[in-house]
Amino acid sequence: MSFPWANHYKPSHPLMVWLDEKLPLPRFVYNAIGAGYPCPRNLNYFWNFGVLAGFCLMLQIVTGVILAMHYAANSGLAFDSVEHIMRDVNWGWMLRYAHANGASAFFVVVYIHIFRGFFYSSYKAPREMIWLLGVVIFLLMMATAFMGYVLPWGQMSFWGAKVITGLFSAIPFVGEPLQQWLLGGFSPDNAALNRFFSLHFLLPFVIAAVIILHIWALHIPGSSNPTGVEVKSESDTVPFHPYYTAKDGFGLGVFLVLYCAVLFFFPNALGHPDNYIPANPMSTPAHIVPEWYFWPFYAILRAFTSDFLFIPAKLMGVLAMFSAILVWFFLPWLDTSPVRSGHYRPLFRKFFWLLFIDVVVLGFCGGSPAETKYVLISQIAATYYFLHFLVILPIVSSIEKPQPLPFSITEAVLGTDEAAA
Amino acid sequence: MVRIFGPLVGLFFAAALLWSFAVGAINMIREPEPMTAVKEYHLAPKEDVKFAFNGAFGRFDKQQLQRGFQIYKEVCSNCHSLKQVAFRNLTDLGYSEAQVKTIAKEWATKAKTFDPKTGDTGERPNTPADHFPPVYYAGSGSPPDLSLITKARHEGPNYVYSLLTGYTDQPASLIKKYPDGKVPDGLYYNPYFANLNIAMPAPLADGQVTYSDGTKATLDQEAQDVAAFLTWTAEPKMEKRKQTGWAVLGFLIAATALAYLSKRTIWADKH
Repeated sequence: MSFPWANHYKPSHPLMVWLDEKLPLPRFVYNAIGAGYPCPRNLNYFWNFGVLAGFCLMLQIVTGVILAMHYAANSGLAFDSVEHIMRDVNWGWMLRYAHANGASAFFVVVYIHIFRGFFYSSYKAPREMIWLLGVVIFLLMMATAFMGYVLPWGQMSFWGAKVITGLFSAIPFVGEPLQQWLLGGFSPDNAALNRFFSLHFLLPFVIAAVIILHIWALHIPGSSNPTGVEVKSESDTVPFHPYYTAKDGFGLGVFLVLYCAVLFFFPNALGHPDNYIPANPMSTPAHIVPEWYFWPFYAILRAFTSDFLFIPAKLMGVLAMFSAILVWFFLPWLDTSPVRSGHYRPLFRKFFWLLFIDVVVLGFCGGSPAETKYVLISQIAATYYFLHFLVILPIVSSIEKPQPLPFSITEAVLGTDEAAA
Repeated sequence: MVRIFGPLVGLFFAAALLWSFAVGAINMIREPEPMTAVKEYHLAPKEDVKFAFNGAFGRFDKQQLQRGFQIYKEVCSNCHSLKQVAFRNLTDLGYSEAQVKTIAKEWATKAKTFDPKTGDTGERPNTPADHFPPVYYAGSGSPPDLSLITKARHEGPNYVYSLLTGYTDQPASLIKKYPDGKVPDGLYYNPYFANLNIAMPAPLADGQVTYSDGTKATLDQEAQDVAAFLTWTAEPKMEKRKQTGWAVLGFLIAATALAYLSKRTIWADKH
């Protein structure tokens, strides 16, 4: 937000003065992520993950565009063209490992970003629109990642595509024709691979566009902060540059060290070995599992094993899986506590950690074979998941007695605030 | 609205899930999932081999790769193709270009040719630019291409080693417990194979090949060598990957340390 005390852009070089009159792009950057954007001074390292997510998207677009120059989107050639990239394209192995592990890194970063939002209630007024756009970005990411995983046309690519597009067949009446229309056939084949490639190339740019809206919406109220107390005076903020550019620079360094450690030393640890077997419609893998970042939702999908009130179990599973994310859209209106930060909400905090453990358990079950014991665990965990958002949060926010809030951000950081005195 | 419908939707999903849970739990108590021969007798790959390429500093042992290639050439290539690998790649194993030329030229399966003017098909010797030719196998089972086999199995190199050394008689206790579990005709018992019964007969034995470098060709040695060779075929760039990784990490750690120091300097007056 442009608080009254925000720095103003003053170009000194004649060229910059000239440019500022014709196309004030430097001014725009200055006000967006430069010294002209005052931010709360108390942001902790969890506030690094927005920038990191943006970095991951850029990384995926750059590596992806180069990979697309060497990849053949044809069911007869795709698998071998990926191996061609791994063996014969200069540094192709690095690009592909960077892209495959970049997807995982992107999801790690975004999950932390989302859970940061849960804990600090970043979705609350006046920041609802930022949150809603964020959920849209997450949905687009899931679609992009799913279609990207199909492109190498290995066994998991093929069977993953078959299972996930099979979800559409659960829709009453129009399901099967819809599935065939989406796939361009009865089963994933060349037509499906081609359109997945096209969409996988398109969607990241749609994500980039929604990210611009996400940041635009962020700049209207300005960043939230760990106390959840709104900015009151100039001493509560620091200019984004150099303070948060420096902090984000350090965070980016730590992120890159971890990411590159995986990329160069465990590049296949997060993938499934079956995807190094060429797609074979005649041979079903023993366990069809999606990539790790879909496991919690996959567990919810599989948790519905019995028809309920004449609704087929499969349809219930599909509804629940999508609802598990759609429910996030309603968070700003489900959690009505006026206090934002989990630091001052003792009861909420307990349930937050319960939700965190719950999602980890769901993830574990989603990655495990579909044996009864894992299904039973995921049924309990999925029950908690829905109750948490739709029942527990509204109740907690009305019965909870929050702890006293600091007067201001400055008081929270320094212990005193002259404006408070 | 949200506060009225939200809890109703939540309770609806919760009820459906608890219903599924109850039905599933009752079924599990009534008929517990049966133990199967595969669950009871399948073994995870052995982990006792220390391959030269293991670890963050690991490098291929070229002598071992050459021995492994000899096994592929003399044994595996009768049934298994290696289509992602080209003859020219063999220079990685320490062969000279002239040696690679000879290996390609003398490879038993020739490259296919097609004359578009006459429509005639024919054969010519392989060249270093050719990939290993396809292998057509008429017997039972479908021998997989081996180029990526160590990446396409959990703990690939250990899996290949364990499978090749893991052939044994079917345990008597297995047949006793699971009368249907007798190895079908034409298949062989191997506890490291996913469903215990594999169509490939034990391909290696003591003295199966005679190593030109004088190494004693025990079954264990042969299995290790071919597992190492197939690790190279699956990822010929592994050494370069690890070496690049150290350079990248060294740079990043230094850069991150500087970034930390500058962050501290900039923030010094704000805490």
